[in-house]
Amino acid sequence: MLSNGLSVTKIITGLDIAHRIEQMFPAAVEDALPEAATVTPAQLLDACSFLRDDPELKFEFLSSLTAVDRLEYFEVVYHLTSIRLNQMTAIKVKTTGRENPRVPSVTPIWPGANLQEREAYDLMGIVFVGHPDLRRVFLWDGFDGWPLRKDYLIGPGGRFPGLERFPGESPEPLGGRG
Amino acid sequence: MIRLAEWYDFRDLGNTVGSLLDQIRDWGAPDWVPYVVSGLIGVVAILLWTVLSVLAFIWIERRVVGLMQNRIGPNRVGPNGLLQPVADALKLLFKEPITTREADRILFWLAPIVVFVPTIVVFAVIPFGERMVLADLNVGVLFLIAVGSLNTIAIFMAGWSSNNKYALIGAMRTIAMLISYELIQVLVLLAAVLFVGSMRLGDIVAWQAGYGVWLLFLQPLGLLGYIVSGAVEMNRSPTDIAEAESEIVAGYHTEYGGIKFGFFYQAEYLAGFAIAAVIVTLYMGGWTLWGVEDWVPGWLIFLAKLYGVFFIYIWSRGTLPRLRIDQLMAFAWKFLLPLSLVNVIIIGGEKLLWQEAELSSGEALPLFAVVNWAVAVVLIVGWAWVLGHQRPERVAHRAVLTQEVGAIHFGEPAPTV
Amino acid sequence: MTVRAEPFVVNLGPQHPSTHGVFRLRLTLDGERIIDADMVMGYLHRSMEKLAEERTYTQNIPFTDRTDYLAAMTGNLAYVIAVEQLCGIEPPERAQWLRTIMCELQRIASHCMAVGIFANDCGAWQTPVMHMLRDREKVLDLFEMACGARLTLNYMRIGGVSRDVPPEFMPAARKLIKELPKKLNEYEDLLLENEIIVERSRGIGVLTPEQAMANSVSGPMLRASGVAWDIRKADPYAAYDKVDFDIAVGVHGDVYDRFVVRLAEMRQSVKILEQTLDLIPDGPVHAQLPTATVQPIDQPVAPLAIRPPVGEAYGRIESPRGELGFYLVSDGSPAPFRFHIRSPSYINLTPLKLMSVGGTVADAIVILGSVDIIVGEVDR
Repeated sequence: MLSNGLSVTKIITGLDIAHRIEQMFPAAVEDALPEAATVTPAQLLDACSFLRDDPELKFEFLSSLTAVDRLEYFEVVYHLTSIRLNQMTAIKVKTTGRENPRVPSVTPIWPGANLQEREAYDLMGIVFVGHPDLRRVFLWDGFDGWPLRKDYLIGPGGRFPGLERFPGESPEPLGGRG
Repeated sequence: MIRLAEWYDFRDLGNTVGSLLDQIRDWGAPDWVPYVVSGLIGVVAILLWTVLSVLAFIWIERRVVGLMQNRIGPNRVGPNGLLQPVADALKLLFKEPITTREADRILFWLAPIVVFVPTIVVFAVIPFGERMVLADLNVGVLFLIAVGSLNTIAIFMAGWSSNNKYALIGAMRTIAMLISYELIQVLVLLAAVLFVGSMRLGDIVAWQAGYGVWLLFLQPLGLLGYIVSGAVEMNRSPTDIAEAESEIVAGYHTEYGGIKFGFFYQAEYLAGFAIAAVIVTLYMGGWTLWGVEDWVPGWLIFLAKLYGVFFIYIWSRGTLPRLRIDQLMAFAWKFLLPLSLVNVIIIGGEKLLWQEAELSSGEALPLFAVVNWAVAVVLIVGWAWVLGHQRPERVAHRAVLTQEVGAIHFGEPAPTV
Repeated sequence: MTVRAEPFVVNLGPQHPSTHGVFRLRLTLDGERIIDADMVMGYLHRSMEKLAEERTYTQNIPFTDRTDYLAAMTGNLAYVIAVEQLCGIEPPERAQWLRTIMCELQRIASHCMAVGIFANDCGAWQTPVMHMLRDREKVLDLFEMACGARLTLNYMRIGGVSRDVPPEFMPAARKLIKELPKKLNEYEDLLLENEIIVERSRGIGVLTPEQAMANSVSGPMLRASGVAWDIRKADPYAAYDKVDFDIAVGVHGDVYDRFVVRLAEMRQSVKILEQTLDLIPDGPVHAQLPTATVQPIDQPVAPLAIRPPVGEAYGRIESPRGELGFYLVSDGSPAPFRFHIRSPSYINLTPLKLMSVGGTVADAIVILGSVDIIVGEVDR
């Protein structure tokens, strides 16, 4: 980000990347927002290797892999960087439901996902199918529960998203400095 | 009649002891009494000296290394921290000597003693002054080598019996290292003995005093070999591989605490003093200094030289990084061993030439000195070059500077330093 | 003929002189050769990502000090940049320049530590690190002037910095950057050509550019593999687009190159600092924030509770250890719904096994030293 709000790195929006993936794999895109394109788990690996190998994209660097608990489902977010072409994009993949979330592992495509997927498994409980060494990384083996899930140690506002997490908070958007 | 005629002559402490022994004989004691008493006096004197020197040098080393490292060093206990080593020694004495549960108890307790004894026994044959030698063995050099190698066993005992993996790795490394470097030590001592023609350390000093030339001027390769193998034997940087702090915590003495650790610590210093004493005796003229010994007590000259040599080891500890075990072994087998062999051959040839061609010492020694130094320089530089010292993959370089994002510079030539 | 010993397992750590904190490296050895390496982490895991979900965006800034505690400024900056992206806040010009100055000072301080400790891992018994700590202390003095703290700085704020620097800061900084090149020359003279350091580090832990990129390695490690990738240049933040500097890259991808790249980066940091101290404009150091309408703009008080719109943002900067990113998901409440730290120390450890298998124990220590991990950031 430059100080004038522009970025030198070319950001490929989720809509654009969804369009490109759909051209190759018509059924692969589930949803597309400007932030990220959501890919179906079944075709994640195909889409990822396309993103890595396409000469116009060349996303050979997996910047960040993380998981978000969206209450009804989990999503795994991949931030991809192309070092040679200096561009960035993000894709997501959603799990079906909260029970036994399974997502294919991208370690065959980006070995750098190894530790990041282990972290997501450790803290969010997402099973990455095909990961070579899926063990707990920060917590000890046998730790009960997945701490980053919203139902682990529920906050004062319960499991709801948004302002309801903070019962004392004023609903007005600019309501003071509370 | 009391015979203490020359006891006050401190230039040679042997006089003082001799007077005392004569006195005992005069009192009509049996023959063995002065014999035992003289031995006891020597032992006590050496023990006292070593303990005081070690205490002093712990302080000196910490202050000197402190200077090198931009800090002050011990400065709280006593004036300028002088009593810090004493306080440390007392602390070690009163600490609980913990023996780990899985340790081999007998060996675990024996190791500190076995490591301590040989390092102190070495001083028995070292001539501190003209007549100040506890056991003037005619095979002094052999004794040095034999006793010096006992350390290896003690260190392996310590490493094995602690039942600790760091200790075991440290012990393994020590065995490999010491055996390789003892070979070099023997070869360089062989060259010295060959040239002088005696194994008695006193004779070697007398030879150097007689011809007025130190062996270091005649055998630079021998000196190099002995300094390096000495550094290996006393476990000091850059060769402190057996107790490499950043790799295997403390090596063979990881599990030792209290006074048992104190023994290892003191043995390390004593080994350093022993190496320095041998270097001084063999290569630097021992207690002589071209006539100055008539005015200054010889033992003071000897100690000054010894501390000077030991200072080099402190210096290297404060400045040099550590080698890896395979590099140190390669240095022994590929570099030092051929050089010491060449050294033996050259020295042998020169000895033969000196005898057969009936050169005077005034002609022969300067010639040998020049030849040997030239050969040493050529061999060290040349052999290093043959072994690939300046190979491109071993040359220092700087980083490549670029403005272009995303370019790949792998394998390009880099700017040299 | 090779003699094979029975493999045995050595635990380097969690209490060990060279694991840079409570990090455990489980090595399976065949004699001195490493045949397997496994990392055990989490001894310093404080579950920051969970804690942050219950605290407001401003309250989360001190957490970012405590991830990479040797580079608190960059930790702060990456987080506030992510929040600013989320809210669309534009910090004023002077704040941008102050951020640049602080980050470069922090880079010098952090690299001093990294290079010194690396030399220590090579067995140079404390001497280089003590000399480098001397220079790091001087940088910390400047930080103390600017924000009152030396280690956990908590200086950046959403929309600017917490306060302007005092008038004596600029002369002191000028003095420091005037004497730093001399010190850097000294280090290069002492370490760059040191026979033993070259021998210990050349050809050890080699990563090719392809391996480095595939393993998501970033920062000096990626650049040592020859890849000219520096987010300061590739995606300039703060005022990096207005200063002139070079990316330092290595050519062999080994441990030595990482060390060389760090030394060269310290020089580039000095170069950046020289320019920033001349170019920095006057003005406010804190932006008008959406929730802070009642506060006058020149008062350096950050608001307590800002509520970014629903959305997500990934803010990334080049920390001394690599790409430090914060992925924030907002649900419109005063606290982040998801707070993820993309920590370079942790991800740079990915190829550790690849680099160390086949080497000796001594190599593993040097390789770990060259990765330059901060366990606070590995475990979070």
